[in-house]
Amino acid sequence: MTSVWRSALTIVVFALSTLAACERESRDFPRPAPGAEVGDPQTAAAMIARDERNAYALATGKKLWNWYNCNGCHANGGGASGPALMDDVWIYGGDATSIFQTISQGRPNGMPAFGDRIPTDQIWALAAYVRSMAALAPQDAAPNRDDAFLTRVPESFMDAQKPETAKPSSGGGRPR
Amino acid sequence: MTAASGAFPSDAGSRTRARERSQPKKGGRQRLRDGAGAGSRAAAELERTWTDKPGVISFLSANGHKTIGLRFIVTALCFFGAAGVMGGLMRHQLATANSHLVGPDFYNQLFTMHGTTMMFLFAVPVMQGFALYLVPLMIGTRNTAFPRMTACAYWLYVIGGLLLFGAFLSNTGPDAGWFAYVPLAGPQYGIGKRVDVWNMLVTYSEATGLMVAVDITTTILKLRAPGMTLRHMPLFLWASLVTSVMIIFAMPMVMLAANLVQFDRMLGTHFFNPAEGGDALLWQHLFWFFGHPEVYFIFIPALGFISAVIPTFARRPMFGHDAIVLSLIATGFLSFGLWVHHMFATNVPELGKSFFTAMSFMIAIPTALQLFCWIATIASGRLVMKTPLLFVLGFFFILLIGGLTGIMLGSVPLDLQVHDTYFVVAHLHYVLIGGAVFPLFAAIFYWFPKVTGRVLSDRLGKWQFWLFFIGVNLTFFPLHILGLAGMPRRIYTYAPETGWGFLSFLSAAGQVINDLSMLLFAFNVARSLFKGERAPADPWGGGTLEWSVSSPPPACNFFALPVVSSREPLWTPPGNVTHVSGLSAEIREGLTTTVIDALPDTRYAYPAPEIWPFVASLAVTAWLVWSIWSVRGFAWGLILPAIAFFAWYWPDKKESIEEISWETEP
Amino acid sequence: MNGIHDIRLPAGPQAAALFDLWTLMLITCTGVFVAIIVVLAVAVWRAPRATAKTLPDADAHPRKETMLKRSVGFAVATSAVLLFVLLFASFIADRAIATLPLDDAVHIDLIGHQFWWEARYDPSDPARSFATANEMHVPVGRPVLMTLRADDVIHSFWVPSLAGKKDLIPGRTSTIAFRADRAGIYRGQCAEFCGYQHAHMALIVVADAPADYERWLVVQRQPAREPSTAQERRGRDLVERASCAMCHTISGTAARGRRAPDLSHVGSRSSLAAGTLENTAASRAHWIADPQSYKPGVDMPPLAAAPADLVAISAYLGALQ
Repeated sequence: MTSVWRSALTIVVFALSTLAACERESRDFPRPAPGAEVGDPQTAAAMIARDERNAYALATGKKLWNWYNCNGCHANGGGASGPALMDDVWIYGGDATSIFQTISQGRPNGMPAFGDRIPTDQIWALAAYVRSMAALAPQDAAPNRDDAFLTRVPESFMDAQKPETAKPSSGGGRPR
Repeated sequence: MTAASGAFPSDAGSRTRARERSQPKKGGRQRLRDGAGAGSRAAAELERTWTDKPGVISFLSANGHKTIGLRFIVTALCFFGAAGVMGGLMRHQLATANSHLVGPDFYNQLFTMHGTTMMFLFAVPVMQGFALYLVPLMIGTRNTAFPRMTACAYWLYVIGGLLLFGAFLSNTGPDAGWFAYVPLAGPQYGIGKRVDVWNMLVTYSEATGLMVAVDITTTILKLRAPGMTLRHMPLFLWASLVTSVMIIFAMPMVMLAANLVQFDRMLGTHFFNPAEGGDALLWQHLFWFFGHPEVYFIFIPALGFISAVIPTFARRPMFGHDAIVLSLIATGFLSFGLWVHHMFATNVPELGKSFFTAMSFMIAIPTALQLFCWIATIASGRLVMKTPLLFVLGFFFILLIGGLTGIMLGSVPLDLQVHDTYFVVAHLHYVLIGGAVFPLFAAIFYWFPKVTGRVLSDRLGKWQFWLFFIGVNLTFFPLHILGLAGMPRRIYTYAPETGWGFLSFLSAAGQVINDLSMLLFAFNVARSLFKGERAPADPWGGGTLEWSVSSPPPACNFFALPVVSSREPLWTPPGNVTHVSGLSAEIREGLTTTVIDALPDTRYAYPAPEIWPFVASLAVTAWLVWSIWSVRGFAWGLILPAIAFFAWYWPDKKESIEEISWETEP
Repeated sequence: MNGIHDIRLPAGPQAAALFDLWTLMLITCTGVFVAIIVVLAVAVWRAPRATAKTLPDADAHPRKETMLKRSVGFAVATSAVLLFVLLFASFIADRAIATLPLDDAVHIDLIGHQFWWEARYDPSDPARSFATANEMHVPVGRPVLMTLRADDVIHSFWVPSLAGKKDLIPGRTSTIAFRADRAGIYRGQCAEFCGYQHAHMALIVVADAPADYERWLVVQRQPAREPSTAQERRGRDLVERASCAMCHTISGTAARGRRAPDLSHVGSRSSLAAGTLENTAASRAHWIADPQSYKPGVDMPPLAAAPADLVAISAYLGALQ
């Protein structure tokens, strides 16, 4: 009798745990389905929600960040000629759709438009990663340190911050 | 106080008070001791003391060695089945080229889970489970030395295994191989929580293995029956002792290594990060320093099974007993010097690699010696051709092939061709299945009557044996050829042009036969448990002490602890002194003896069943699971196990007084 | 995609030495196996049968025991001698593969990536150096000295018909030397689990006659061929302006990415995607449109492009001989 209850309890506990892990751990390799059009709320929201909770997407975003040399202007998130991305100041908006637009269409004051160069799936992954740089992605899905020179606190270690929007002035927002 | 106590000096210590309380009161109750025959009131009291009460709390608190040992065995066999299913899935995925049965991500989890489950959750625990069940019976005592620790070990084992499978079912199963090489298992490429689950599982199984090993070592060294000197100790006990000592040296290494990777992943350390002064190869050294002895944790107890089954089924004592003991010790010792043979393809210095080739070849000599002693025993004996002996003969055939391919793999240059190919897969399955699973089935058929009181069907056993023998050879022999044909390991598919399809298909067909044999075994067990022929105390005519008690054994194992004077006590006429009596029947007591000559030493009060080991395992679980999710959990989570262990170790005053009172009896 | 890929078909001195050692070990171990199994079978057959009730033989017969002792001693001594013979043979083979003469060696840097091979010839001489991917040509009869590095995780270089394997470990540089003594196409495959597409990380080594090899070198050192048809020009435009250029290099064009295989001469290779696909116009187009359907988990994203554009890109790449 007791062993039946034990089995039942075990099953319930693990069934519950399955719900949480599915999103974080799935590896959805990009397929040529039509990417989310910016402004299409259904697909965009789904992709945002998924990418940010999905460890594989965040890791892909980090890899692409290195590959496409975003560090060249943003220097591991601390900012150089481009603004810092690790802080809570977002000149053009810190939500994933705004960041998507920033990368895809570019912005005044020097951010190039990558929309023709980088596929949509990858831009979403990059946007999710950028949010994780400011500790806005769930900590359990955020990437850890790279096997390279240590240049920043790993994203999964950063405390959660809340993003703020500074008004774009003539010289662009200056990070605090 | 009684009148008699006035004669004592009034030092008012608790020991004195206990002594006073223990004097037989005039007209008071006589204290019950063991040593009386099976029908007496003392014997009934002894049984009552050792029997677990019904109920959930009692179930969770039980610490009798037979209970825990059986739990280990049954749980391990369940994991064996689960891992076997995974193996079958892999064989079927690879049966045809470009198959889409499973994708690459799931396949990676499958082979990782298969290896991890087989190595950590089946092979070592099942051997330890047999040791836990048999060692006290074979040495003539009533329980192992540290029953609560072993009970905690079981709960940690079960919880760890369930957590691993729970993770697997929620897509978080580890996917970097059972050996989890960094950098693939490191913080950058080991994406998500999967490898963290693996690290946690390794911690669980290392803790389990270590606890049981310490228990078995102490039991064998200190709790043997009087007269069972080291030279009179049966070979299975030697195998268990050697294995347990090896585990104590090797298991901590894997926990250390897993924790270092966990620190890299969770705390941002750089142990394996070459850019910051670490080294990816460090992991391989740490892991294989454990990993190679690990296979001997599985193999040496199996050698112990063989050494237990052969004398009984050849009706003569083992030829070359001392040689086998020395071989076991030599094998255990040498196995620590082989680990680099898993790393021959790396850029470790070549001269160093040659050393490991020499050691890998050298370890074949003690194994060969044991093999020849067994064959000599069989050749000069009179054979009882029952299922256990059949499995032993199957062991010879299959292990020999595995051992010889192991020699091939031990050579650096040849290994450079066959390393990480299906040749290695063939070798490892031949040595593990031939060298551990066949002896395991021999042991199961041999000791099933003792454990359950029923005999397994010999006819079904023979069918199972032949199906398994054919199935194993059909599944794994073609893999040798596939390795030579260039097929690497850990690939989820291959192109048809490679030509690997035909032999892969044969291998999958063989796996189906293995599945049939396992189903037959399960059917045999289920049927025999209810309708099997009832077993007497000694259905096989064995010579060691476990066959002197009823089947199944009484809860107290022996109504009076035996005294022995030879290696096969049931086969040689007894000496003048045959039993020890006078231990308590009211509390759980045993007798410790000296290490080498087994002279009586002290009375030992076994801990009574209590819930703290189970609670401690839950506390450790909470700590480990919390630490996967949060760095703070690593530190703060330690409070829970601390509380649990404190409560566990806190001595119970009433119990202590009772135990001391027995101790000071003249 | 096809190539000789078998330990038992050596085409050079390294693989041949290892194959000889294999043959010796196979014969010796088979002999030992047969001998022991025969002895065991005879022992089992000849031993009298008994039951559980048969009284055990607790006293040892001295003569029988002595005979058994001698037999076991003889068996162990023979085993030890054979082991030493094999050990010696192993050391000899080890020395043989370590002492390949390296005069006039071809120098190649091999860098392992998830899930492709980058090969840089003559890395120390900028005037002669060039890069290719997944397919290497070597001259028959000349030694090849490869320096092995890994970009991300551990890989292993293994072309069984030419040599044993060597791991590529991040943070460490190892070397391997081999020589092809017969012209032909030899296939290799990554032999250390490296992730999702470890199964599709093959490598082709083409052993050319020396004159053919020199011709191949000359072509490889030149920048990518100019497109000759309108379709090919359109293909090049697309490659330069779309996402291809972010990762791939085509020398002499605006595609300067360094994260993916060098495509300057991709048309001359026999396979795509590290030996996964034949290098035909159709397979190129399909691969570019949806790489994940052939190699799920690889880093290359799908290209959203019209079919005509895909055909143009495929034509351009096919022309890059």
